[in-house]
Amino acid sequence: MNYIGRSVKRLEDLPLITGRGRFAADISFPNQVYMRVVRSPFAHGKLGPIDLSEALAQEGVVAIWTGKDVVDIPHIGFRLTKLADLEPYRQTILAQDRVRYVGEPIAVVFAESQAQAEDAAEVVFAEIDDLPVVIRAIDPVGEFLPGRTTEASVVRKAYGDIDDAFRRAAHVIELELYVGRHSGIPMETRGAIARFDESRQVLEMHGAAKVPHWNRATISKLLGLPLEGMHLYEGHVGGGFGIRGEVYPEDVLTCLAALRLKRPVKWIEDRKEHLLAANHSRDQHHRIRAAIDENGFILGIDDDFFTDQGGYVRTHAATVTDLACAMLPGPYVIPAYRAAGHIRLTNKTPAGTYRAPGRYETTFVRERLLDAVGHKVGIDPIEVRRRNLIPLDKIPFARGLDTLGTEVTYDSGDYFGLMDQALQRVGYEDMKKAAAERRAKGELVGIGVGYFVEKSGLGPMDEVDISVDEDGHVRVITGVASIGQGVETSMAQICAERLGASIDKITVIHGQTDLIGHGMGAFASRVTVMTGSAIYIGAGQLRERALQAAASLLQVPEAELEIDEGVISRKGQVPGPSVTLGDVVRALRPGSTLLNGNDPGLKTVAQFTADHMTYPYGFHIGQVRIDPETCGIEIEKYLVAYDIGKSINPMLVEGQLVGGACQGIGGALYEQFVYDEQGQPLATSFMDYVMPTITEMPWVDTLVREDAPSPLNPLGVKGAGEGGTNAVGATLAGAIDEALQMPGAITSLPVGPATIYNLLKKKRAA
Amino acid sequence: MTEKLDVTLSVNGKRYEMKVEPRRMLADAIREECGLTGTHLGCEHGVCGACTILMDDKPVRSCLMFAVQAEGAELRTVEGLAKGNELHPIQQAFWDHHGLQCGFCTPGFLMLATGVLEQNPNIGDEELVHALSSNLCRCTGYQNILKAVKAAREEMKP
Repeated sequence: MNYIGRSVKRLEDLPLITGRGRFAADISFPNQVYMRVVRSPFAHGKLGPIDLSEALAQEGVVAIWTGKDVVDIPHIGFRLTKLADLEPYRQTILAQDRVRYVGEPIAVVFAESQAQAEDAAEVVFAEIDDLPVVIRAIDPVGEFLPGRTTEASVVRKAYGDIDDAFRRAAHVIELELYVGRHSGIPMETRGAIARFDESRQVLEMHGAAKVPHWNRATISKLLGLPLEGMHLYEGHVGGGFGIRGEVYPEDVLTCLAALRLKRPVKWIEDRKEHLLAANHSRDQHHRIRAAIDENGFILGIDDDFFTDQGGYVRTHAATVTDLACAMLPGPYVIPAYRAAGHIRLTNKTPAGTYRAPGRYETTFVRERLLDAVGHKVGIDPIEVRRRNLIPLDKIPFARGLDTLGTEVTYDSGDYFGLMDQALQRVGYEDMKKAAAERRAKGELVGIGVGYFVEKSGLGPMDEVDISVDEDGHVRVITGVASIGQGVETSMAQICAERLGASIDKITVIHGQTDLIGHGMGAFASRVTVMTGSAIYIGAGQLRERALQAAASLLQVPEAELEIDEGVISRKGQVPGPSVTLGDVVRALRPGSTLLNGNDPGLKTVAQFTADHMTYPYGFHIGQVRIDPETCGIEIEKYLVAYDIGKSINPMLVEGQLVGGACQGIGGALYEQFVYDEQGQPLATSFMDYVMPTITEMPWVDTLVREDAPSPLNPLGVKGAGEGGTNAVGATLAGAIDEALQMPGAITSLPVGPATIYNLLKKKRAA
Repeated sequence: MTEKLDVTLSVNGKRYEMKVEPRRMLADAIREECGLTGTHLGCEHGVCGACTILMDDKPVRSCLMFAVQAEGAELRTVEGLAKGNELHPIQQAFWDHHGLQCGFCTPGFLMLATGVLEQNPNIGDEELVHALSSNLCRCTGYQNILKAVKAAREEMKP
């Protein structure tokens, strides 16, 4: 039966709709203690003595630790894009002699109940001597720590002759652009439950997410445990978005406490802690210059930008800045390019990745530039993009840049084709005319567009272990993780179709380090590409073996057999003699004469390796209306067009694109972590960090295309996770500019009513 | 902290007797004392609505109430929606229309929608959207949640 390409209903939904999920807070062990973190109330200060006397006297308190109790635990290291320059800025699990952001862990309380832990944490008093704070990443480089400056490193990437491009330019365009500080904000806060199993001598950590194998290796090393002495277990995960599932200080503290206290330890953060302590993201300031010819063709781009890293460099190290440098050129030719990304420390919450990291920011920057180029030479936003897009005959296109340890080569794509189809879908010419007519009647209506190239399927490898039991049940053990994106369903679809099994008989396992030795986890939109391909390969091997064995059992030549829904029979002869997959496994028991020197049963461990990422691409188009009275922005129309190469489950792909667009809208219009001049965060609840509800969300149309399958994997797939988010900021900025009839007005995200108010005031004055 | 009080909660038609501190939040009592972990806590300050339950048929935030305040009320949680293996129409609709991704906000949305549709089975689209704006979802962009609730509205019409 064909499963690939069908909108199969999700296999994972039943426990989630009946209240039987297993999220972190749902996991408990007998005799567990509860952990509560005491956090710095100051953005920067010298940490003096911490008075624990009152807290230790509280009922139910088991232990309280400060920095000196964990001085033997090394700094948390880097997972991706490691740069030696950044190492001095790594975080310890508790502050030692200095605090560097509001929310930094300075002590940790363990108690018999959650309430007792929280009560005791309230009366831990730390002496902290204020130090001057660094709040702006674009300030001149200064001292951040004794002997260390605020500029941890500069990531530089370039190709072509940029100086020549500017010498030949008919015009030079310069823009200064900023994308605010947002984060993924999964609805489930972080949590970890650790217990040491004496009988197996294994430290277990439950509540794992995203990258369990890497986290297992990292935490066990930090704690001085052998690798086999620790395992991670993923239950349900209430959203990831890049920020959840990295190794944070609290995860290590929970595990360390389970070892030292010899009791299970449970830590569930509250929402305020999450907003203060889990990774923030975005917060990039770009100064971009472009050399263009008289027709609006971009000869070269020179971009200098600043990533506000916050107080420490965490597991992502240089990832966001590196991706920003590599992905900024997008789908355009741009013969010469130079970028310098300054990683700057400030006294804010440390930053990492968030859905479309480095791309949400640079798509905003690049597409603002394209709009400015179009305005400069007097051409339509679509025409300026047409003049710069990479033509079909140049694909595959070597960008001349690298990122995440791989060369950036756009593997497949028809950039003109997707844009044309999107414009046709929305009826662009009519839409434009209608908007102009409404503007002529005094309405503030405008259309914006954003084009981008995404990246997905980061290697280098993924492994799966597939086995069929004597009942014909198929177990697929993967080394990835599920953060809610439908991994079980899409992986089962690939296995079912390739092996010829019924999808109801397939169990997909993820996030369990004791079941499979290797696993890269779920990030960078990699699961369907990497794990999906490994399943495709492994299931194909099992299909072949099953048919071989069935040929002997049925006395029919192998070439005349087919397998469907777990039943093997002669092609076109149903009903007729047949065997099931379970029959085959029984026939291949150890000692069977059918084995012919092969291993018993139907099982395999398969790998898929990839040196290069795949590059999906997308085009957004949106229309907004601004209310001149309230300065509110209403999104009237929105289309996400996206070429995914091959869609395993269209329903899930659309779900990713629409959900992603919602987060993009949040970042464009509503969400921002604001800090005051003392480094105090002003968005520490959902009353201040404002995310879109259903009333802010427009009806998002999707156009999912399969015109450019990836040549880099057997399925032709590319990732779906980030294309809905990527270009929303860029698109809405263009639409708002046009609605106001003020080209280039939007230079900063998010755009709130205050921005609109000030722009309208300026417009009236002019 | 203080003396514990005797409280009896009636959840999904079953009585749970417990001793809790006066400050014990209703959501915590449902999760810990009753062992019904389908009710989730996403913010604990009444914004996200993941903890929404029905109290005497009205949707309420169980993170903003004390357990003692629920004494004598009939409470319904996500665990009470299905009748044995037969899903409630709202559950079936969320499944059919891909109304969930990570599933963390889902119990709150299910209870909110159930309460709203029970109160007004003929609720108009605009009013429905307004009611659903009470809760937050970070995965779906709400589009499929709305599709699901509209489908359940048809199913649940008396």
